[in-house]
Amino acid sequence: MNSNDSDRYYFRFSLGQRYLHGLVMVTFLGLAATGMTLRFSERGWARWLAETTGGFTAVLSLHKFCAVLLSAGFLYHIGDIFFRAIIKKDRGLFFGPNSMTPQPKDAEDLFKMLRWFLWMGPQPEFDHFAYWEKFDYWAVFWGMAIIGATGYMMWFGPFFARFVPGYLLNIALLIHGEEALLAVWFIFIVHFFNSHLRPEKFPLDPVIFTGRVSNEEYQHERPLDYSRLSESGTLEMLRSDPPPRWLKNFSRLIAVVAVGIGFFLLALTWIAFWSG
Amino acid sequence: MAQGSRRMVSGLGRIACAIAALLLCAVAMGHAAAATKAATTKAAATTKAAATTNAAAATKALSDKDCLGCHNLKANAKLQARPVSVYVNAETFQPSVHSTLGCVSCHSDIHAFPHPDPVKPVSCAGCHPNQTSAYAASVHAIAKRGTKQRFPACLDCHGNPHGMRAKTDPKSRVYPLNLPRTCGTCHGNAELAKKYGFPDVYGLYMDSIHGFALTSDGLLVAATCASCHGAHDILSRKDPKSRTFPENVPATCGTCHAGVQVNYLAGAHGKAMIAGRANAPVCTNCHTSHQIAQVGVVNWQLKTVATCGNCHKARLQSYRDTFHGQVTELGFVATARCWSCHGSHEVLKASDPKSKVAPANLPATCGKCHQGVTASFVSYEPHPNPHDRRQNPALYYAALFMNLLLLGVFFFFGLHTALWLARSLTVGSRGKDNGVSGEQ
Repeated sequence: MNSNDSDRYYFRFSLGQRYLHGLVMVTFLGLAATGMTLRFSERGWARWLAETTGGFTAVLSLHKFCAVLLSAGFLYHIGDIFFRAIIKKDRGLFFGPNSMTPQPKDAEDLFKMLRWFLWMGPQPEFDHFAYWEKFDYWAVFWGMAIIGATGYMMWFGPFFARFVPGYLLNIALLIHGEEALLAVWFIFIVHFFNSHLRPEKFPLDPVIFTGRVSNEEYQHERPLDYSRLSESGTLEMLRSDPPPRWLKNFSRLIAVVAVGIGFFLLALTWIAFWSG
Repeated sequence: MAQGSRRMVSGLGRIACAIAALLLCAVAMGHAAAATKAATTKAAATTKAAATTNAAAATKALSDKDCLGCHNLKANAKLQARPVSVYVNAETFQPSVHSTLGCVSCHSDIHAFPHPDPVKPVSCAGCHPNQTSAYAASVHAIAKRGTKQRFPACLDCHGNPHGMRAKTDPKSRVYPLNLPRTCGTCHGNAELAKKYGFPDVYGLYMDSIHGFALTSDGLLVAATCASCHGAHDILSRKDPKSRTFPENVPATCGTCHAGVQVNYLAGAHGKAMIAGRANAPVCTNCHTSHQIAQVGVVNWQLKTVATCGNCHKARLQSYRDTFHGQVTELGFVATARCWSCHGSHEVLKASDPKSKVAPANLPATCGKCHQGVTASFVSYEPHPNPHDRRQNPALYYAALFMNLLLLGVFFFFGLHTALWLARSLTVGSRGKDNGVSGEQ
């Protein structure tokens, strides 16, 4: 490793992916804050939040506004997948090292990782996406589909009730709320830890904001991906400048704010949930 | 001649004395028999006439003027030194309701000056026997008998006897607009209330819709204390004869709210009350007794959901699990509360075809808020219980699935996260690298 290596950066995420993450992040926080206010409406903080926001109508409007934005992002992503699969005929999209599809290697990696946790073996070598990143992706994907579908069902209750029995609206609220709690706690505990707060990354991994990963980090964290890209010569095509200072600072700011809001909501909902 | 005339004069004097004595006797008898105001007035007039015609007479027939000669003098040191004021203000006495009566009509043990000291306390019963006997059976008099403490009697509410006004006189202490303040003398005194254990409700009443109508708009039709409790015959609400005994409350409120009373009696709550069911709610269970708010007030609407829940506990719990309940709980009235669907006074069981929540009426009831309601839509369960498999199996299994999903995910990733954290933190002390390879 020569001295230049530490200055070399590669693009891991495209601008589109970064914007999509940003959109999901902002709307998710908005949805969580407004939604949890309603779910734990009997708590003092929920009433305070609702009053401060400008009343229940404002809370619900914000919730729907964020929902529509997130839905748009979701649909854009689905459209993008179809575009890449059908128009660009990207074969690696549904299977292979760059795919989000869970594969046998992910199970192997998980098993090895658990052994590593217990000092029973070496850490596995990861490819482009680690298994927990795929889980994050599918958790959000499934979550958006389920929470979104049930949400729109309730929003347009009488309309949906023309096609399905009205008591499904009871189930819709139950699933909407439980799945939302799952999503909120998962993101604010597991995702925050896996991607940002674990000692190797602490206090944050700016890659999703800057899009860039250093040569050393790439090689170290995703050796399989790194060596394959190096051999095929694709790596050089991903070569980028170091992240500009403003972007690094911006990333930190965003991360601190997002993690702060997340932990705050986590604490409120956690206490509210366990105190009945 | 002179002797004869002297004899004649003394004879006349004797006759005059005899007439005066007879008149006095008549007056005294009049007093004893005086059961009505009219009789007393007549007697008083007679007294006055007698006093006037016999001004020169040796016997002192007392006129009001005679009494006021001493009792109207504020500066009279002898009077001032007494423990109880015996001052009578002629100016306030003049327009008072009792001014047509002479002093001795009430102070009937006084026949001459100087009068015995002390004089007997005046009894109101002579002229007001019905009121006095009603009072004697009331909670105020009963409380008085029970203790040696001073409890309200006639004058405590009606005020200074020498300045007393008719209850229709705006200056009367018992005029409707003034009555709450009068009762509030005690029932607005927290210290007294605590000491003697009677309700301190003046403040609650004054903040109520009744109190507001009275003080803000001066409505004489607004209910005051006496409208619900009666005046002289106030009984404890535990007394079955009391106007405020639970089973009598609908009739008491119905005195003014007649239409509501009809609806209430036709509804499930009213029927339960008539059937003598214990804890059947009457007006005050939902509206409270003194604090009665205008039903449009947001705080009252929100609070009253919990009031229904005092009896309908499970129903409130299941309501809270719905969107309706959550919004209400959050403190907003933008959605359905109990009576939006069930009605308020005319609330009926769902099995009653006239009920708002009878299956046939549900589309109309839900349709009050929701547009485009269909028969399918109303199969929505406004009181879902995810723990009840029979009520809605789909909901039960959905809840079960979600619970297992949450448990599973958090159990696995909780463990995963905890182990990872522990492993990463010990890398520095035990591993040679940054965690890429562990111990081989």
